[in-house]
Amino acid sequence: MAAKIILSMDGVVLQEYALSKERMTVGRKPHNDIVIDNLAVSGDHAAIVTIQNDSFLEDLDSTNGVMVNGATIKKHFLQTNDVIEIGKYKIKYLNDHQSQTTAADFERTMVLRAPVKLAAAQPNSATTHADALDATGKFNATAPLSGSLVKAAVQSSLGTGGMAAAESTPSAQAIAVIQILNGPNAGKELELVKNLTTLGKPGVQVAVLTRRPHGYFLTHVEGEIFPVVNGESLGEHLRQLNDHDIIELAGVKMEFYFKT
Amino acid sequence: MEIKEALEMVSQTHPGKVRSHNEDSVACVASCGLVVLTDGMGGYNAGEVASGIAVSVVASEIKQYLELARADDKDVASGEDMAVVLLRNNVRKANLSIYNAAQSQPQYAGMGTTLVSGLFYDNRVAVAHVGDSRMYRLRGEIFETITRDHSLLQEQLDSGMISQADARVSLNRNLVTRAVGIDENVEVEVHVHEVQRGDIYLFCSDGLNDMVEDDDIADIVRTFKSNMPLMATQLIQAANDNGGRDNVSVILVKVKSNFAATSHLYAKILAWFKN
Repeated sequence: MAAKIILSMDGVVLQEYALSKERMTVGRKPHNDIVIDNLAVSGDHAAIVTIQNDSFLEDLDSTNGVMVNGATIKKHFLQTNDVIEIGKYKIKYLNDHQSQTTAADFERTMVLRAPVKLAAAQPNSATTHADALDATGKFNATAPLSGSLVKAAVQSSLGTGGMAAAESTPSAQAIAVIQILNGPNAGKELELVKNLTTLGKPGVQVAVLTRRPHGYFLTHVEGEIFPVVNGESLGEHLRQLNDHDIIELAGVKMEFYFKT
Repeated sequence: MEIKEALEMVSQTHPGKVRSHNEDSVACVASCGLVVLTDGMGGYNAGEVASGIAVSVVASEIKQYLELARADDKDVASGEDMAVVLLRNNVRKANLSIYNAAQSQPQYAGMGTTLVSGLFYDNRVAVAHVGDSRMYRLRGEIFETITRDHSLLQEQLDSGMISQADARVSLNRNLVTRAVGIDENVEVEVHVHEVQRGDIYLFCSDGLNDMVEDDDIADIVRTFKSNMPLMATQLIQAANDNGGRDNVSVILVKVKSNFAATSHLYAKILAWFKN
């Protein structure tokens, strides 16, 4: 199992636990998986539910509550390096799943064949919940709990790759602007803050400016006439725009430039 | 209006920027309004084999059947539209072909594929899917997912365990709960939707929607409405610009006009004259 938690107090590590069970409970009473014998800790304080590679933390209506990274929570989807605070105790959540895998086995689609129990939505109903799930027949409950789960552990996160990269790229770029040079709207500026900006008149001539990680591109979309960039017809091709390029489209001249 | 003229179909598939193999397969049969998209899985080249079998079985069998019969006929036994029965039966047939191949050849053991397929007929579309390949629809300004993934993440979302925002960072994104070819039987989800003029349907593998946010997909589809081949190129480019970690495939279908089925009597008379 990839994820583990480290219990500590005042910077001293007390114990490390692997999240090997679907449901690990924390509390003062001895039946808990992680027993913290301190009066600030409720008998049944919190639970960590692990499904495949994801872990969720739940407050079991404790008297003094549960904090994650300084904020009080009732339920929380744990991310690696999260710090859970229960009274004076700190529990650090580590999931090395993200770092272990390489890009090569990144997000291979896998089939879940064994019945995977979803975590209990209510604290004390782990068993009933799982039964209900089997009854719905969504999972193939007949297949043996075999290698497929092990294989599933190889797949990796997107959290570190795809979406994150997508979100960070636009800000890394200087914002570009289109300024209209002729006609009644001369002097007007349009900031290209969206990924796609449509220029022209639908049904007559339309071109689209696409913002990509490595720059801005102009593409002809519809109409008999192609846009012209610096006196050259664009044709069917995609063209990367440079600072101070002049675009002509449907009789309108405009200048493309980067804001400094 | 003949279905062939009523619909504009475009497809594109790309291995992405990380993988050397393309395990996705796509097919468009314009003459009978059918599209099939699959995303294979399994070691070595087994994923390609599985997705290839699924596409060719579903596409060729349905095409052959529709040369002799009509998708809007009612099935005698169940009372369902023939289109629904055709899709369901042929996905099952593909399932068995893949399963048998995997059983008989050790290098193909455990291979499988997700699938989404649409059959357009009589101003409707029957959509079959297994796994996490999707169909989206743009109608007017509204762009939405029509199919519901058979995946662990979707079940977690449905049960309220995880929010949409959390789902984006979940490590369980690519665990599917159903696939074609991994068992003797497969449960195929088929629904019939009414179709309107101007609708645009997007069928895609998870290589698109895992890499590109739904809002950005919607933006591209709206912006490039008038140029379908360019829309396909842009969608694939967006997935690759964001990392292209998986194979990415898209099939786009635009409804240019109505395609209500002609009545049986009329069709029969027409056929009689032709003979």
